[in-house]
Amino acid sequence: MTTKGKLEMEKMVVVEGSYAVAHAVKICRPNVISAYPITPQTHIVEGLSQFIADGEISNCEYINVESEFSALSALVGSSAVGARCYSATTSQGLELMHEVLFNVSGMRLPIVMTVVNRAVSAPINIWNDHQDAISQRDTGWIQLYAEDLQEAADMTAQAFKIAEDKEVLMPAMVCMDGFILSHVYEPVVLLEQELTDEYLPTYEPLNTLDPKKPLSFGALADPNYYTEFRYLQQKAMENSLKKIEDAANEFYDVFGRYYGGLIDEYQTEDADIILMAMGSIVGTIKDTIDNLRQKGVKVGLLKVRAFRPFPAEAIRKAIKDAKVVVVLDKNISLGLNEGALFTETKSCLYNTKNRVPVVGYMIGHGGRDIRMNTIENIISEAQEVMKTGIKLESQFTDVREELL
Amino acid sequence: MKEIRIHGRGGQGSVTAAELLAVAAFADGKFSQAFPAFGVERRGAPVQAFTRISDTPIRLRSQIYEPDYVIVQDPTLIEVVDVAGGLKEDGMILINSDFDPSKFKLDTKAKVVTVNATKVALDIIGRPIVNTVLLGAFAGATGNIRPESIKEAVKERFPGKVGDRNAEAIQQAYDMMKEANV
Repeated sequence: MTTKGKLEMEKMVVVEGSYAVAHAVKICRPNVISAYPITPQTHIVEGLSQFIADGEISNCEYINVESEFSALSALVGSSAVGARCYSATTSQGLELMHEVLFNVSGMRLPIVMTVVNRAVSAPINIWNDHQDAISQRDTGWIQLYAEDLQEAADMTAQAFKIAEDKEVLMPAMVCMDGFILSHVYEPVVLLEQELTDEYLPTYEPLNTLDPKKPLSFGALADPNYYTEFRYLQQKAMENSLKKIEDAANEFYDVFGRYYGGLIDEYQTEDADIILMAMGSIVGTIKDTIDNLRQKGVKVGLLKVRAFRPFPAEAIRKAIKDAKVVVVLDKNISLGLNEGALFTETKSCLYNTKNRVPVVGYMIGHGGRDIRMNTIENIISEAQEVMKTGIKLESQFTDVREELL
Repeated sequence: MKEIRIHGRGGQGSVTAAELLAVAAFADGKFSQAFPAFGVERRGAPVQAFTRISDTPIRLRSQIYEPDYVIVQDPTLIEVVDVAGGLKEDGMILINSDFDPSKFKLDTKAKVVTVNATKVALDIIGRPIVNTVLLGAFAGATGNIRPESIKEAVKERFPGKVGDRNAEAIQQAYDMMKEANV
């Protein structure tokens, strides 16, 4: 939900999350879409192929493929000739793309992809967590996480703007929680064509494949050159930090909606306890915070919108006065017993003077429902940490002991 | 905020009913949210769908455990699913049945209401599809939603004769509940 500006109910319609995103993609005027259907992403690509079949997206090709690997590979070529490219996937589909993800980023192709976050197999599970996207952390894709349908739709336009910026030229994933967002119906303002055209200019590639002016993408870089490619990718990620903020601010100027830039803060000003989280869990946390605030608990939320690039500076600033920080992760690094956001938050504090205790909870794996009372329990444990220090640094939430 | 849980079997349109209720509530000027129980839906298997209706924007994303209202599309589900589970004491459960509410021994203090939605559907729509009919009955029994908004939502989703017949059935179910003064 927009945290600045007003809600324009008269412009809203009740649609499914997948439709809101498919519609946003259409309005962003893509030239090539290629995707392979997989639950719970399917409704997005069905919606897009319907738009194409109905002639509602001009100058756009939908390439049917036999796998996710091929879907993203088709976009590598398409993007290299200068097309604005889009795909969507989830879970095993995203993992199958793994090799191509590096290629897209290394060739500096600003492809935008919706990742409808889902758990990974085995055991097979079609429900939501963030393990799929988090596992692609180091592929050189910008990763943004949406809280609700409006943000997922609006973030799609923002992602194209950020990715295609000449100081960035890096691909971007818009992450939205599978089922919890993709299959929910709620009121949304669908992106307007006129405003979006004003916000998102036509993509003007820096370099394109052109027989008249031949050049190579992704050619061999021997040890004399490879380091510099990686260095420049890192610099592009650093540049995107500001561009993500800019894209959010400019979006507010044009559309009147804002969800934070790299991060957003909710009730953090005087908060002793600050929770950190990404995606749809943020809404449930905000409701929990409102309840606890009425009981005098000074708790706030740091919502992380950008996981890559990692907004270390913004996070340090937002939690500088907290007495305890609680990080909620819908993923785990097996063998470390920590979620990624937790590990990285600790890491960004280590060489500072801030010695705030940071504790981690891994939660909502494979779609395990996250209820307000679970969040309340976590907050009451954080109150104990404030008094007595850390007893358990990182832990699973809601483990059913009887099944072990 | 009012929370509604709809029980049905795969293919009976429970998810559609939850969505239409959300569309209708929004047309009434409320905020709304509808979602399925995210199962692996199969025709005939028990399914659930949920709707939240609120005067303020809805941020909560958990499933619904303590509904204000429950709608049961298929009374045979009562033997296999705890349809009244978590239902608020001052809430209401609306069951598609021609039996008297007293016939159902449910573990709830909430009000039990029945409506023969199957008959209404067969008489007017010509098929035993009761999801929209039950929304009309829900509007009549709770006063939480305008029947016109439900009819509009249904007609938009199912244009033409199908929508018109559904709208007629919705109105009849609404009137039945009003007359019965539940």
